[in-house]
Amino acid sequence: MSLTTAHSVVAPSANSKRIAGAIVVGYALISIVPLLWIFATSFKTPPDSIAYPPKIVFQPSLEGYCNLFTTRTRQTPEYINALGPATGLCDATVRKRNMVIAGPSNFLPRFVNSLIIAFGSTFCAVFLGTLSAYGFSRFKVPLADDLLFFILSTRFMPPIAVAIPIYLMYRELGLSDTALGMILLYTAVNVSLAVWLLKGFIDEIPREYEEAAMIDGYTRLQAFWRTVLPQATTGIAATAIFCLIFAWNEYAFAALLTSGTAQTAPPFIPTIIGEGGQDWPAVAAGTTIFLVPILVFTILLRKQLLRGITFGAVRK
Amino acid sequence: MADVHVQGVTKSFGETVAVGDLDLQIKDGEFVVLLGPTGAGKTTTLRLIAGLERPDSGTIHVGGRDATALSPAERDTAFVFQQYSLYPHLSVFDNLAFPLRSPARRFPEEAIRRRVEEVARMVRIDHKLNNRSTRLSGGEMQRVAIGRALVRKPAIYLMDEPLSSLDAKLRADLRLELKRIQAELGATMLYVTHDQIEAMTMADRIGILSDGVLVQIGTPRAIYSEPANLHVAARLGQPAINLLPAGLLPDGGAPTGTTTIGARTEHLSIEKAANGHADGVVDWVEHLGDQNHLHVTVGAKKLVTLTDPDTSLEKGDRVTIRYRSPLYFGSDGQRLM
Repeated sequence: MSLTTAHSVVAPSANSKRIAGAIVVGYALISIVPLLWIFATSFKTPPDSIAYPPKIVFQPSLEGYCNLFTTRTRQTPEYINALGPATGLCDATVRKRNMVIAGPSNFLPRFVNSLIIAFGSTFCAVFLGTLSAYGFSRFKVPLADDLLFFILSTRFMPPIAVAIPIYLMYRELGLSDTALGMILLYTAVNVSLAVWLLKGFIDEIPREYEEAAMIDGYTRLQAFWRTVLPQATTGIAATAIFCLIFAWNEYAFAALLTSGTAQTAPPFIPTIIGEGGQDWPAVAAGTTIFLVPILVFTILLRKQLLRGITFGAVRK
Repeated sequence: MADVHVQGVTKSFGETVAVGDLDLQIKDGEFVVLLGPTGAGKTTTLRLIAGLERPDSGTIHVGGRDATALSPAERDTAFVFQQYSLYPHLSVFDNLAFPLRSPARRFPEEAIRRRVEEVARMVRIDHKLNNRSTRLSGGEMQRVAIGRALVRKPAIYLMDEPLSSLDAKLRADLRLELKRIQAELGATMLYVTHDQIEAMTMADRIGILSDGVLVQIGTPRAIYSEPANLHVAARLGQPAINLLPAGLLPDGGAPTGTTTIGARTEHLSIEKAANGHADGVVDWVEHLGDQNHLHVTVGAKKLVTLTDPDTSLEKGDRVTIRYRSPLYFGSDGQRLM
């Protein structure tokens, strides 16, 4: 090596940066294309959505979103002409297909169910997880290692393996097709992740903080609230995102245990049937809207999530 | 302020006895320093008094009240930790106000502000009250940590090596400030350190801890000049005391039973050998500027003493060495009269 071109051995070279960049861009494209496809499909008309070869350029339409939120009935052109002017964009859109809006679809209540169940179970899992993690981290819990292993072991098998016992149990207990039942189920699945993840974070908070607070006249609970919790926000946010993503996306149990009042969006969306087959634009519109809450939540907490992952404390 | 009385306290962690049958009385307004190496039980002693640990046996009285079974919050002590002393999510002001805002106290916010500002001036951090506590230098952080103990007026201040994470210059400054503040407040203080200079300069009394046992307690002067045993003697003095087997050098006047002779600089007179007889050879003269360390080989042993900066002794010089009333220790390590 000549003296004039001395370079750092730790900083990446221009070439390796380029290669790394290319890999990242390539991977991002592969991951993003399906999402873009769904997003694009949601603005296609049903014929465009099944056109072959697929249309990259097309006339955007809100028909998918209209169909998602409504139920429609077919009428004769004479009947439709007699109705008078269309009352809105969706009304006008469906009339072109010789249909009228009969009423709202089930999408909105299903979406609200998803919100209640996912956020409810996330709150419960994180709340219980924080308290248990604190207990395991700070106190001499008898058989602590065994208990922690036991808690983790609930995730050793795919949850669906216990689907049938849970189905029977829920039927007996009257928890089938209830929001409470789904919140309990998702909380049970997530709480083990929450305990392990949060224990890692809380272990890293020196106990001197609580001890100082307790000497200064605070009770343990007050000390926990005033000194541990503020410092554990990163871990709590990261854990909440993981729990929320699971609960939000869960399909199998939702399909099995909910069918009516408590049905969540994931099992509902694929059942959207149009005339003469699957209404793909409506399905794509449902999927697009379904992605929004998790996207917003993750963006709001992304700083914490990133720090949480780079903290070295993510233990799965 | 009040006195603290620890009686017969024992605390074990599993098999290890951290503190064994400890008796310690700290008088009102007294500054007691516990000196000992890592693992001697210093921190455990503080934690026992603060109530962060429960003793296996024995009692602890704070201000005449039996505090053995009280929770930390009920004991009226203040604790300065070695590290992690500030809440990273709070400002300097809020850190200082934290003890006063405890739900058990309920001081009006105006009184808290006045007290915090007063203490901030005392520990000279009043210009940074609105800073985030993570944006301070090590010295400033430790000042705030000390300040957080001072905002209250507890029965006793417990300090666990508060200066050990600081550099030498800062440590010297804060040492003086801490002593000044303690004297100003007339505070009762139990201070733990492994730094003999901190112990010697600040303490009214020094307690030497070794393996969980309080070996000796007394004024710095007494601990230094009348150590109870070899262990205590070895803890104080810079350079460390020379421990030589009896008979290595002429030791007329040694009491019977002497097996070890302890000699610090002031116990040795070293001169260039005039003729023939010599006790040792100068190994090395270590120049420290204001003083020199003289390394001398005597038989198989090495001695280190202080010598004048302008000493004429040089490496290779043969010297005669005589004791000047050194310390005599018996075979059990205890000092003999």
